[in-house]
Amino acid sequence: MTSLRMLLTKPWIWSFLGALLVWLATIAFTGGYGGGGMITAALSLAVFTVIVGVGQMFVITLGPGNVDLSLPANIGLASAVAMKVMDGNDSMIAVGLLAALACGMAIGAANYLLIWALRIPPIIATLSASFIIQSIDISYGRGLQIKPPPGFADFANWQILGIPVLAMLTVLFTIGAAIALQRMIYGRSVLAIGQNIRAAWLAGVNVGRIRFFTYTLCGALGGIDGALLAGYFRGANVDIGNEYLLASIAVVVIGGTSVAGGKANVPGVWGAALFLVLLLTMLNTFGVSVGVRLVLTGLIIVGVITAAGGQKALR
Amino acid sequence: MTAASVENGLRSSSTRRAAARARMLRSLLPALSLALVLMAIAWLNPRAISYFGFSLMLNLAIPIALATIAQMFVISGNELDLSIGTFVGFVGCVTATWLKDAPLLGVAVLAGSIGVYALLGALIHLRNLPSIVVTLGMSFVWQGLAILILPKPGGKAPDWLLSIMAFKPPLIPFPIIAALLIAAVVHFGLMRTSYGVILRGSGGNAAALERAGWSLLRTKIVLFALTGLFGVLSGMALIGITTSADANIGNGYTLLSIAGVILGGGEFVGGRVSPIGAVIGALTLALAASPLLTFMHIPPDWQVAANGAILIIVLAARVLISRRER
Repeated sequence: MTSLRMLLTKPWIWSFLGALLVWLATIAFTGGYGGGGMITAALSLAVFTVIVGVGQMFVITLGPGNVDLSLPANIGLASAVAMKVMDGNDSMIAVGLLAALACGMAIGAANYLLIWALRIPPIIATLSASFIIQSIDISYGRGLQIKPPPGFADFANWQILGIPVLAMLTVLFTIGAAIALQRMIYGRSVLAIGQNIRAAWLAGVNVGRIRFFTYTLCGALGGIDGALLAGYFRGANVDIGNEYLLASIAVVVIGGTSVAGGKANVPGVWGAALFLVLLLTMLNTFGVSVGVRLVLTGLIIVGVITAAGGQKALR
Repeated sequence: MTAASVENGLRSSSTRRAAARARMLRSLLPALSLALVLMAIAWLNPRAISYFGFSLMLNLAIPIALATIAQMFVISGNELDLSIGTFVGFVGCVTATWLKDAPLLGVAVLAGSIGVYALLGALIHLRNLPSIVVTLGMSFVWQGLAILILPKPGGKAPDWLLSIMAFKPPLIPFPIIAALLIAAVVHFGLMRTSYGVILRGSGGNAAALERAGWSLLRTKIVLFALTGLFGVLSGMALIGITTSADANIGNGYTLLSIAGVILGGGEFVGGRVSPIGAVIGALTLALAASPLLTFMHIPPDWQVAANGAILIIVLAARVLISRRER
């Protein structure tokens, strides 16, 4: 009983409960049909939200005002870069992934450079950067339906016993991220900066370096995510990352991370990502139209945040 | 902040004069960037600087300016509206369908949507929610509603709206007159009335305002309702120009409006905004985005990048000036 009560005080438990509830509702609707397949599909789609969600979580944890709005553009460009470098050739997969990673890291570093050099709020810095990245992407990947190499597409869709391999790898990655956040100097520094940037600086935290590293990390995760998305959906395009702006911020907030910074929660990102994907699946199963689906998605996100509320604003 | 103001008082008069000059330069920055863009256009294509040329180039400036003003209201309360673009699209769809066929219903829906904005302001204040997330969620709601109202591009603007937007005054093109009018009205309301000061104060020092007995809940509701009102005006103006609607018609306005406010000298926090600057910022973006690039033979691919580059250049200039202001 006490362990159950302990569990209920964890901020991430609610997102998992929400995901479970949505799943049960859908199963009840279909009469138990397709419950397993739904979990497989939800896991493979949630992966992409989790990867960028973790990056966004580190950035948001840096404190009020920190948010990366350039993720969608970043994902779009990295997906095009990865597919072009791979050029449909199985032997180039590793090089392509590295290229996407480098592209994402460069974008993250450029973001921080703007924040640091122009002393502007990260929202505006990442916004201006995303304008430019978007244009680069449009002119770079124009008119090309770039296909991934068959080996890479198979890897991105590979399942063992109904569990996507990518999801297993992402679980390992999130465990690593949780350790980095709670048990490593880097993560503790991020939390310290989010709680009080001046106190962290006085305590000897190299604020500039940690912030630079965090934005670069977020960019790198966006880049990898772009490459994986292009592999999973068998093609890169400019709009591939569009939905990940809302998704990355929403999973962080729904997952129990404080928008005011200084308090992060890695398991919650998984719960929230599964919740969002299952919600979409549920609405599709109910057969509602696109319009109704969008309205309900928006209302549920606003509702969940209102229920979770009680925290200070992003800026 | 307080330490800085004390320091300010102790400064000698010569440094204070230099600071005043820098502040002046800073407030002129939006106008300077607009002048620069205009000069570039005049140099590349002298024929564009004419009554007809301006009417054409500034065609879409009115809805952009109105959306920018809408965004400016929430920003002066230290919030951000990421749903203004899809809201403009929603208003557009209502304007091109119900407002023409069933005017009473159309007016009721538009008034109701302003009410929704007011409620959002109350919700954000009462539950202490991050406005970015709430408005991102709302952007889905508005887009969904727009698709439900108008599944396919179409509809038609009401005739009275078409004739307003097609108005051709003598000598000065309509978009310029409209921009001046919008800037003057909002400047008077927000910068020159006593409640305008309170509204800006809610972003500048909310705690002080509350201790002085003002309701922060009310200022937030008023600011969000004003955002809704100008969002409605923007959507209607847009449909008056394009004559028909599409659920995605306003999507680009979210980023344009934020960029316009910042270009116009607004700050993200502290209630430091400028209605005149915001309108100038919107005009600069409207001119720089397409006409200038077309004259420079830059492919449309790079239009978005030009907006980003202008934003970065202006902000860099502002940093250089602010360094002297200190």
